[in-house]
Amino acid sequence: MKQYSTTYIFIFAAALCLACSTMISAAYVGLRERQDENRLLDKQKSVLIACQKIKTGEKISREEILKRFSNIEAKVIDLATGKYVEGVDPDAFDEDAVEKVPAPKNAAQVLEIPKQVKIYRVMDGDHLGMMVLPIYGKGLWSTLYGFLALDADGNTVRGLTYYQHGETPGLGGEVDNPKWKNRWPGRKIFGEDGSVKLHVIKGQAGPATENPYEVDGLSGATLTSRGVSNMLQFWFGKDGYGPYLDQYRKNGSA
Amino acid sequence: MAFGKKERDALYDPIFNNNPIALQVLGICSALAVTTKMETAFVMCLAVTGVTMGSSFVISMLRNNIPPSIRIIVQLSVIASFVILTDQILKAYLFDISKQLSVFVGLIITNCIVMGRCEAYAMQNGPWLSALDGLGNGLGYSVILMATAFFRELFGSGSLFGHVLLKPVTDGGWYTPNGLMVLSPGAFFLIGFFIWLIRVWKPEQIEEE
Repeated sequence: MKQYSTTYIFIFAAALCLACSTMISAAYVGLRERQDENRLLDKQKSVLIACQKIKTGEKISREEILKRFSNIEAKVIDLATGKYVEGVDPDAFDEDAVEKVPAPKNAAQVLEIPKQVKIYRVMDGDHLGMMVLPIYGKGLWSTLYGFLALDADGNTVRGLTYYQHGETPGLGGEVDNPKWKNRWPGRKIFGEDGSVKLHVIKGQAGPATENPYEVDGLSGATLTSRGVSNMLQFWFGKDGYGPYLDQYRKNGSA
Repeated sequence: MAFGKKERDALYDPIFNNNPIALQVLGICSALAVTTKMETAFVMCLAVTGVTMGSSFVISMLRNNIPPSIRIIVQLSVIASFVILTDQILKAYLFDISKQLSVFVGLIITNCIVMGRCEAYAMQNGPWLSALDGLGNGLGYSVILMATAFFRELFGSGSLFGHVLLKPVTDGGWYTPNGLMVLSPGAFFLIGFFIWLIRVWKPEQIEEE
């Protein structure tokens, strides 16, 4: 076997590292723009699905997403005060980098609450049609991340979708099932006393007009269903969007 | 670039005679993880085949200059670079699928098939042969993956490549999806069956007691 000097080994290793890192850096720089755009489009797509502007399973082009998104504006709100944050560009807003505060103990097992959240306002002509609010919380195995579309009345659900979760396929994973998602529009979140009343039950809940506060359970997925209920309880309570919705009701269009 | 018996063996042997999954039982982890849908499995196959072929080729080019004392880490660096490159390309051009494959693209680095071929074959053979061997092993992996994904998607979700064939009851059809097929253990049973079938067909693969 050929003998190699230590110097040669070092030079070889350095040259290899240089070649590999050059190749990776080039790929990263060259493809970054496309990847960022993909990520943005993906988010916009989830928002559109939440407000039922895309049917599930519908194949949709980039142009079509941008077109349907054109009457949706992103806004950054401060969760504690419920006010819009001025001077923050929503497009440049980074959810991961935002300052977080520890959450009080809650059933949804949300450990930290971001101080600021990006929400989406769907405009219907010149007035607000609905708002799309990000929610998340623990299911059985995983944290479910999704969007809930709320009517301009601040109470009626217009749609719900989860864009990321790791629940059991066929059981908890049925949160992705369009039939289940279609059970949501028309339900009311808040009871007459202002508390969060909407929850997922076991079995069938019937149509929204007759039973506005209950949604069909996912069969075989009690814990995921419970997670969805807990999530609503948390995010529409005082630590979530409560202050924002209070402001909204007080000021009308806010 | 001749294509004689040696080349043919390098390319075709790994598909059935010396299949990396069925005979060597390598790369099982990803075979269980990404085979619920044929579409994701297909992209995973392309990624693994590309990485195996590319890294075998590069390692073979360098084989006479790689100091033996650091050869494993050299192989790993080359493989890792290819994997990151693949991951970046998928994120740019096939975003939805790359989201579904999530960590498993990155985990190609740990797929024993890739490094196994570099160490066992590319270090001793020329670039052309090594590339063919890499391609062959990638295809061998792909054959098993696609077959597994075929049964898992058909019986687990009632569809093939996303086209609904057996309409599941959850969507108002008649077919009750088989839950086992959707979960990883289903793939385990299927791969077990494939190994059995291949050994019935080619009894020389059965290990001595």
